[in-house]
Amino acid sequence: MILSEIARIDPTFGLVPWVVLLPIIGLLLNVLIGKRLGELGIGLIASLASGASFVISILLMLALGHTHGPVTVSFLDWITAPGFTLGWNFRVDTLSVTMMLVVSGVGTLIHIYATSYMHSDVRYNGEPSRYRRFFVFLNLFIADMMLLVSANNYLMLFVGWEGVGLCSYLLIGFWFEKGKDGIGNALAAKKAFIVNRIGDFGVLIAIFILFTTFHTLDFDGIFSKVQLNAPAFQGVILAVTLFMLLGVTGKSAQLPLYVWLPDAMAGPTPVSALIHAATMVTAGVYLVARSNALYVAAPAAQAAVMWVGALTALFAATIAVAQFDIKKVLAYSTISQLGFMVAAVGMGAVTAAMFHLITHAFFKALLFLAAGSVILAMERGYETSEHGHTGNAEEFDPQDMRNMGNLQRRLPWTFWTYLMGALALSGIAPLAGFFSKDEILTVASLTSPWIFVLLILAAFLTAFYMGRQIFLVFFGQARSEAAGNASESSAVVLVPMVILAILSVIGGVLNLPGTTFLEKWITQTVAGKPDQFVLPLAVTSFALALIGLFMAWLVYGIRKPLAHPGEPDPLAPILGKVYNGMQNKWWVDEVYQVLFVRPYQSLSELLAQPVDLGAIDAIGNEIGSSIRSLGNGLRRWENGFVRSYALTLLIGLVVILAYLMVK
Amino acid sequence: MVPISYYLGLSAILFVTGILGVLLRRNALVIFMSLELMFNASNLLFVAFSAYYKILTGQIFVFFVMAVAAAEVAVGLALMVAIFRTKHSVDVDQVNVLKG
Repeated sequence: MILSEIARIDPTFGLVPWVVLLPIIGLLLNVLIGKRLGELGIGLIASLASGASFVISILLMLALGHTHGPVTVSFLDWITAPGFTLGWNFRVDTLSVTMMLVVSGVGTLIHIYATSYMHSDVRYNGEPSRYRRFFVFLNLFIADMMLLVSANNYLMLFVGWEGVGLCSYLLIGFWFEKGKDGIGNALAAKKAFIVNRIGDFGVLIAIFILFTTFHTLDFDGIFSKVQLNAPAFQGVILAVTLFMLLGVTGKSAQLPLYVWLPDAMAGPTPVSALIHAATMVTAGVYLVARSNALYVAAPAAQAAVMWVGALTALFAATIAVAQFDIKKVLAYSTISQLGFMVAAVGMGAVTAAMFHLITHAFFKALLFLAAGSVILAMERGYETSEHGHTGNAEEFDPQDMRNMGNLQRRLPWTFWTYLMGALALSGIAPLAGFFSKDEILTVASLTSPWIFVLLILAAFLTAFYMGRQIFLVFFGQARSEAAGNASESSAVVLVPMVILAILSVIGGVLNLPGTTFLEKWITQTVAGKPDQFVLPLAVTSFALALIGLFMAWLVYGIRKPLAHPGEPDPLAPILGKVYNGMQNKWWVDEVYQVLFVRPYQSLSELLAQPVDLGAIDAIGNEIGSSIRSLGNGLRRWENGFVRSYALTLLIGLVVILAYLMVK
Repeated sequence: MVPISYYLGLSAILFVTGILGVLLRRNALVIFMSLELMFNASNLLFVAFSAYYKILTGQIFVFFVMAVAAAEVAVGLALMVAIFRTKHSVDVDQVNVLKG
């Protein structure tokens, strides 16, 4: 819609391209003049760019409050071919604005946090000049994510989809020369990108099918055609939705393509908080929510989505119970909670999924930021302890929970905010997580008993492993000198955590059972299942969460757990072989290595050595050497030897005469 | 009269001898002499045909050939003198400045 039409409706809608452009301007400024500005300037520009995006998102939300209905703003034409046009068109409707608010809001808080976190991190890793690079990539991520959620057609969404995958790769491999054996981080980044690519393949095939069937990629065009005449497109829609599910499993880390997310914890903690907890991984949920019209027309695909989500939720929760790295627990927890969201959209409960997406963004980002604060404290404690100055940073793992303990006394702010986040995640009323998770459980109980069982087990395990984490990190006695010397982080780090903690506590008001604000908001765009509140079920899930925390206390809280870092986990003898499996992530990575990675590598080696070097290069080399030997032979003719020239003349004469005579 | 084939054979032998001399001898002067031998072989052929078929054209052409031969020797000997000034030898194999 052109600017004059927008002005008639509400001029604020014309601001929507700026949610993408402002972060891009921020990153360009940082690239061009960042070196001269110093760390303060770089962080300020990046945070302001993200903050400005947030302000525009709020303005769009307020404008949308007056003027209902989706508004599309055309920015540029991209493809104008006969029979097919595609533009850079932005879509402002309640679903996209919700995502915009979450991404830019949490993103801005994390930018502010990162200014202080990266200040310490670049010094801990010995490369202060890399500070600017981090914020350039972070702004690029915000720009791409905004592009994804504000797109009005599938191709623009895919551009953002790929862009956030790229930023994820760049940021995971931020310390590319560090990690296990000096290459671990780069390998993790590569794994994330490649596994994501497999998912992208699915989305691409879905886009191709949509294009050939509907000859348009605009959301309105496709959804209206589908809603008019669903039975005509049955096979097509089923194929599209299943391929999109492949993309969702890649981007949102579901079975079977979740394996990149735990490895992605190799990136700095703000990256884990922003990309791998709050925003990028929710892109898959957003895609399914946006394509709800397609999924409603293909119940088989909906069932597939639902099952994938529920199975992932339980699977990842079991792994999280036995992990020792503080960030890995949160990573598997993210996979599990994403499973909840994916299961919810699979059941058609779009509002419940979006509600859980928002609350999860709050408390998971908070948990990651607080974990980052704990890690910073451990690093500070290590540096001020006896061994700190030997430079053996690789031998001490500040993220290993076995080295922590009793941090409640030393890091009070971190402890309280972490506790809020953990309680919210476990589903303790009246915190935000309780309401959102309860809605999903209610819908599950009404849809399918098996799914409900899977999800409720996952919820119980969630409470258990979060309790385990709290007791291991914050209670007991300090298991290493670093934990004994840990000191609280600076205000710049703590303030975003406090803000997110407040949001985690009061976030439930977004969609309380009586006043369902979010439901009324979202259903303007996407019709989903209505939210219901079943009191007995709510009480049951609350009780289950409490039981989970209580059992964690029994195992980890009562006895002094793990007095030394080397002691085995108290859970190991109770569960035996099962614990072994959980700790080894059920050997999924190893299975993938054997099934896919090694055959592929031997195929590449086969093609590289005998085929590429041996055959194709040989052809080139043979042609070269044959021409050279021809040249060598011909060279003997011109030897400067007069008599041989005379002989050549004679031979030529004889040939001509013979020819004339024979003719 | 002797059959013309005798004259043709003699001319051929002289011509081939001249060719062999040009190809096989190193001394530039000997090469010139062999060249003259070739000229004379062709002259003999012209004159033989002229005598046998009572046509004067052959004998006239011999004059042309002789004039050309003389001019060519003049130029060739001038070249040889110039080369001799630098190389101090009339060996044809020495006139090879091409490398490789």
